[in-house]
Amino acid sequence: MAIRVQTEDFDVAAETKALVTGNTNIGAVVTFTGLVRDLAGGKTISAMTLEHYPDMTETMLAKIETQANERWTLDASLIIHRYGRLKPGEQIVLVITASPHRQAAFEAAEFLMDWLKTKAPFWKQEATNEGEKWVAAKVSDDDAIQRWSETSPTKITNAEG
Amino acid sequence: MELLYFAWLREKVGIASETVPLPDGVKNVHGLLAWMADRGPGYAEAMKDLSVVRVAVNQEFSQPTDAVKDGDEIAFFPPVTGG
Repeated sequence: MAIRVQTEDFDVAAETKALVTGNTNIGAVVTFTGLVRDLAGGKTISAMTLEHYPDMTETMLAKIETQANERWTLDASLIIHRYGRLKPGEQIVLVITASPHRQAAFEAAEFLMDWLKTKAPFWKQEATNEGEKWVAAKVSDDDAIQRWSETSPTKITNAEG
Repeated sequence: MELLYFAWLREKVGIASETVPLPDGVKNVHGLLAWMADRGPGYAEAMKDLSVVRVAVNQEFSQPTDAVKDGDEIAFFPPVTGG
């Protein structure tokens, strides 16, 4: 697993190809791309600025990698998270998971996104015509990460897909 | 110890980081938060509502009872909103 935190944009197709090329054990690749929306709480957003804590992201990644590998057989995975100032419509986050079969890839991608939303040290500030405002965390994101600890960590290896 | 501040906590405190000696009598995260709130108006404002303050000790999320010691990297920030 790798995580890249960067200001520059990313190319989903190129990243996917680079991740899976040469590993013919992979039968399923799931990609999730998050985009900056132009609306939040009924207000129009002109830009979003992301701040982060790089050293902690690196430290936490080692843990999340262990957790993901305890649950799923993943052949490859990649997280790219951008920071700095982004405009509506721009790509902000990418998660790619690759596995022999689809179920592990789907679930692991969702798990990694839930982790990014609730545990990764990033903070968003939205710019609207009323000024700049730090985004408050959502309870629904905490609920989303919680479900992974409620499920027994039965490793998925043989589900056909 | 090195103290780091992020997002609106950084704005309220007015700096991104600082190095301070371990304050007398401070043994854990709870004690450190109480000491922080007493350091001045910006700190008091930042620590006003601890339900929206998260503390990481050496880059790991902490509990109030977790120990702190000289040399630790301690970060203060709001609940995360990435992804």
